[in-house]
Amino acid sequence: MAKLPEQRPESLGGYVVHGIPFPLETDPDALAFLKRLAPLQIEQEYRITYLHSYGQDSPWFAGVANRRLLATIDRASGYTYATPRGSDMFSGAETEWIDITDRQAKVHAFTVCHFGSEEFLPECPFVLALIEVEGVNTLFLTRLMGLDPELATLDWIGMRVRPRFLRNSKLKPTDVYFVPADRDEA
Amino acid sequence: MRPVYVVSGGVSKFAKARPDRTFQAVVKEAYDYAIADLGLDFPSFTRCVDGSVASYFSDHFARQLMAGIMIQDYLGLCPKPSHRVEGGGATGGLCLQEAWKSIASGHMDVCVAYGFETMSHVETWKGNEFIALASDVSWDYPVGGFYSGYYAMMVTRHMKEFGTTVEQMAHVSVKNHLNAFHNPYAQKRNRYTVEDVRSAPMVAWPLTRLDICVMSDGAAAVVLASEAGLERLRAAGAALNTPRVLLTGIGRGTDAMRMADRPHVDYETFLRDYATEQEQSSDETRAYYKRLWDHGTRYPGVHSFRAGRTAGNMAYKHAGIHEPLKELDFIELHDAYTSSEVQTYEDLGLCRYGEGGPFAASGKAFMPGIDYGLKLASKSVCPVNPSGGLIACGHPVGATGLMQGVFALWQLQGSIGKHFGDSTLQVKDARRGAIHSHAGTGTYVTVSILDREV
Repeated sequence: MAKLPEQRPESLGGYVVHGIPFPLETDPDALAFLKRLAPLQIEQEYRITYLHSYGQDSPWFAGVANRRLLATIDRASGYTYATPRGSDMFSGAETEWIDITDRQAKVHAFTVCHFGSEEFLPECPFVLALIEVEGVNTLFLTRLMGLDPELATLDWIGMRVRPRFLRNSKLKPTDVYFVPADRDEA
Repeated sequence: MRPVYVVSGGVSKFAKARPDRTFQAVVKEAYDYAIADLGLDFPSFTRCVDGSVASYFSDHFARQLMAGIMIQDYLGLCPKPSHRVEGGGATGGLCLQEAWKSIASGHMDVCVAYGFETMSHVETWKGNEFIALASDVSWDYPVGGFYSGYYAMMVTRHMKEFGTTVEQMAHVSVKNHLNAFHNPYAQKRNRYTVEDVRSAPMVAWPLTRLDICVMSDGAAAVVLASEAGLERLRAAGAALNTPRVLLTGIGRGTDAMRMADRPHVDYETFLRDYATEQEQSSDETRAYYKRLWDHGTRYPGVHSFRAGRTAGNMAYKHAGIHEPLKELDFIELHDAYTSSEVQTYEDLGLCRYGEGGPFAASGKAFMPGIDYGLKLASKSVCPVNPSGGLIACGHPVGATGLMQGVFALWQLQGSIGKHFGDSTLQVKDARRGAIHSHAGTGTYVTVSILDREV
C-alpha cells in the first residue's frame, strides 16, 4: 500500500472573517501590546490578459499550424536556428525561412518533470527534451511523447525522433512535439 | 580605478516566510546589523553614506513596482542617489559590482548595496511559474519549461557527455546542508546522506528536492568605501574592523536566454576564447580537451556556462589570479542546484571541463574538520560554499549575491565566530575568496574577488 504523505498540501482560501481582535480601549498598555500581535495577512488576487505578439517569429507558428516545422538560416554562412531568430547572431544579417520538417532528428538532452510551474502541474509527469536536427546549429526545446516517464534513462539521449503536430493548432510552441522515430503515424 | 574596501555587512535570517515584517523592514534588519558592526548609530551612518544600489529580482513576488525606492525611503536615505539593479539570480552579484563601480570611479566614497526577496507571498508552484517567466515566454515557458527542468536537461547532457553521476552531485547537497548546520542565518540546517538526497521526491529527473535550493524571504546589505570613505567613517566614530578587506577583481559574462541557442564551438575556438590561463599553458590539458572534442564534445553546449567561464577569467585577470584552486582560500558560489555547483567548479577553473563530478566527490571543496559521514579521498583544498550556499541558506534572489559578499567579508576578517556564534565554518587564515552569482540558465554571471589586506 502506498504510504500517505507526511504533510497535507497547503492552499490559500478559507472563511471570510469580519471583526479583527483589537483592544477595547487604546490606553498605553493596550497600545504597547500591539507590538506583540501576529501579522495580518490578506489575499490579493492579480489577473491580467496580455496581447502577446510573436512578431517576426509569427510564420513559425503558422507553419506548425499547417504541419510544417520551420527554421531560419543565415544564407551567407549557412548557420541555422532551430528556434527561429529574425537576424543572425554573428553577421547581424536578416535570416530566411527554411523547412526542416523531414530532416533526421535526435534527442540531445531531456528531463522528466514530476513537478513544474502552477500552469503545468496537471500535466506532470511530462518529458522535456532538447532536440538536435540534422544540419541545424542550435537545439529545439519540445515535449517528448510516447515514453514511460518512470523509465527515464540516459539511453534516451541520441534516440531518433520525429515531429508530430496537433491537428487543432493552439498557436503555441506545443503545436509540435516529438516522438520516437520508429512509432507509426497515428 | 580607486581601491574599494568592503567595510561591513549584514544578513537577515533567511526563512521560508517573514510575515512579521514588510520587505523594507527585513532589509533594515540587515542594514542595521551592518551599521552596528561599524560601531555607528543610524544618524551618523546616514550622514556618511553617499548613496545606494538596490537589488531585487521580481516585481511579481512583491506585487510592488519600485520597491527599491520604498527601501531607500524606509532607511532614511532620501534624497541620496540610488538605482535598482535586476539580472535574475545574479541580481545581488550585479548590485555589489554596481556599488563597486560607484566607489572605484570616484562617484561615491561610501555606498551601500542592499537587496531582498520575499518569495513567500505566493504558493511554491506559483513561485516556480514567476521564476519560469524568466525564460522566453514565446518558446520555453509555454512548453512547460521551468528552472528545475532546464537544469535537469543540462545534467542529463553533462552525465552523458562526461560520465557525471547523481551520487557525485549528492555530495554537494550533503556538504552544503551540513555546513549550514553551523550557520545561524541558514534556512535549512540538516545532516543528510547521499541516500537521503537520492530518495527525496523527484522534481525533474534526475534532480530531487534535496538537489535544489528553496525559496526564501530574506535580505542582505554590504557597505563599500574608498580610502576617503574610510576616513569619513572613522571621523564619524566608526570602529573599522581589521584586517581591511578589498574588492580586487570584477568579472561578468552573459549568454543566450534560450539555452537551446548556445553555440557548440570547435576545439580551437574553445582554447582561444574560453580556456583558462592554466589550461592554455598545459600541454597535458590541451591534449585532454582534444580527446574530448574528438569524442564529440562541443562548447558550451548545454552542459557548461560560458558566461561563468568568461566572468571567472575576467575576475582572475583583474585580481592577478593564475591558479584559482591554489590561490583562492574559499568560494561562495551560486549552487541553486547541486549540478550547477558541479558545472561551476569547471567554469571557475577549479578542475577541467568534464571533471566536475569527481571533483565534487573528492573532498577538495569540503570544509576541513567537519565529519560529513562520507569517505573523501582528498583533503580540503578550497572550501566551496562554507556557508551552506543557496541549497541550505535559501535563495531570496535579490539578497543572495549580497549574502555571499557578507559571508566572504566575515571569512576574510576572521570574524565568522563572532557573527555565527560558532567558529566551525571559519576558513583558517583566509586571505582571498571569490563570490559567484548566476542568473537564468547561465545568462548573467558575476564573479568578484575579495582580498584581505596584507
